[in-house]
Amino acid sequence: MDFISILSIFVMACFVGYYVVWSVTPALHTPLMAVTNAISSVIVVGALVAAAAAGSPAAKWLGLVAVALASVNIFGGFAVTERMLAMYKKKDKGPAKGGKH
Amino acid sequence: MAHLAVTPWVPFAYLVAGVCFILALRGLSSPATSRAGNRYGMFGMTIAVVTTLVTHEIASLPEIIGAIAVGGVIGFITARKIKMTDMPQLVAAFHSLVGLAAVLVGLAAYLNPIAFGIAGADGVIEPQSRVEMGLGIAIGAITFSGSIIAFLKLAGKMSGSPILLPGRHVINLGTLIAILGLVGYFTQDQSQWVIVTITVLSFLIGFLLIVPIGGADMPVVVSMLNSYSGWAAAAMGFTLHNTAMIITGALVGSSGAILSYIMCKAMNRGFLSVIAGGFGADAGAGGGAGGAPKEQRPWKRGSAEDAAFIMKEAENVIIIPGYGMAVAQAQHVLREMGDQLKKHGVNVKYAIHPVAGRMPGHMNVLLAEANVPYDEVFELEDINGEFAQADVAFIIGANDVVNPAARTDKSSPIYGMPVFDVDKAKTVFFIKRSMGGVGYAGVDNDVFYMDQTMMLLADAKKMVEEINKALAD
Repeated sequence: MDFISILSIFVMACFVGYYVVWSVTPALHTPLMAVTNAISSVIVVGALVAAAAAGSPAAKWLGLVAVALASVNIFGGFAVTERMLAMYKKKDKGPAKGGKH
Repeated sequence: MAHLAVTPWVPFAYLVAGVCFILALRGLSSPATSRAGNRYGMFGMTIAVVTTLVTHEIASLPEIIGAIAVGGVIGFITARKIKMTDMPQLVAAFHSLVGLAAVLVGLAAYLNPIAFGIAGADGVIEPQSRVEMGLGIAIGAITFSGSIIAFLKLAGKMSGSPILLPGRHVINLGTLIAILGLVGYFTQDQSQWVIVTITVLSFLIGFLLIVPIGGADMPVVVSMLNSYSGWAAAAMGFTLHNTAMIITGALVGSSGAILSYIMCKAMNRGFLSVIAGGFGADAGAGGGAGGAPKEQRPWKRGSAEDAAFIMKEAENVIIIPGYGMAVAQAQHVLREMGDQLKKHGVNVKYAIHPVAGRMPGHMNVLLAEANVPYDEVFELEDINGEFAQADVAFIIGANDVVNPAARTDKSSPIYGMPVFDVDKAKTVFFIKRSMGGVGYAGVDNDVFYMDQTMMLLADAKKMVEEINKALAD
């Protein structure tokens, strides 16, 4: 891909990001930060390339450490987001647990 | 030139991953769709990782699996165990990891450029890739060291008060210019010392930038570092010509920037003045007319029984929780109080200021954890008009966000900050540990001395427990 196509994708994605993030409800801003944390760890892709390639042992080890760090973030970020989101509940309309439907 | 993309399906797969990440954020527009959004995020990440693994010659798969497993287990266990009050520290720590990973990937790409398809067989890296790499490493390193400082401050392992070095603005500006100059020079000279110096200086500037920023501004800092981690990922995406990384980087970058903007606006602080740091330094030093001990003014002390009696009879009660509630771990007893009041037919609402807590949306998570339904929780602009009809405003662990000086006193350091109009409520209960302390901004609060205010001086959790007891009787 040439630079200008990549730049176009980047600029468009910034606009998408702008509108999507403004539509996030303020009540979910903490999960938003946790999940952006997790997805920015897509940098693991670069780490995997480095870790997989032969040729430079130093680069391989840097890559492996980066894979481990990014994995902490990916698993941790998604898991903690899931945990938080599971806590958001609507008002209980019916009787508490075990009640009739 | 060795190109990564073996088939057109590879960039397509990364694009799909990028779209999944957009949907992940889109899902957060409402709690009802948020969990589906998170699944999209996981799905996108899986696509990105699997695509990378199947399209590259892998010298040693077990090592990679091992690295993923080690990181994954640590991340997963941390995510399970972390207390919701400690969320800001966790997020700061996670940011630092993204930053460090970006630095390591950048350095690895420098050491093995052929594997990344950014150099010819002679190992000479393309000039454009050098700029992208240099910037990626610089932003990553700033994210890393800045987040470490933010983590230490948020976790209370380092004083939250700003540390001001003399001449820091000159030092910071000089360092930033040096980094940019070196990135420019890097296009001419691919020597190792250049990239190493860029890395070291960037670690340094990240540290220098965050150290002077006080605890009150941490919500902005955490959001800002969130943004940086995104830009670091985007820069790496440029280096690797990877659409998933570019889209994600742009999303996360804008997300953090918007959150910083929202936080700054909620505190009526300019972004640049937050970055410049020093806010909260002169707390108690007697700054300003609104500040520090004025003459003693009369105030009324209430008891748990008073509070219980008045709230039981009330029609509308608005609860304003602040970070002090979280510190006292009073959210669960507070929800019980809300439940009891509802049984007495009281209409209970929770009002949340954008900067309540230590990071954007922190208070909402803490209330959600205590099983407060999210449709009883309201944002500042949605509820502020209702105080005039409220019988009781119940303030627990908040202070600056209810200070009318922000509306009226031009000399106050918090002047212009949007605040709750609690002074319009018929009765105000203000839980506070003692009359001595002041809020983050170090300002006295007129609400303490209003005729309709009763101060409930005690630990927040104990006080609410006593109110609950009185309500049950």
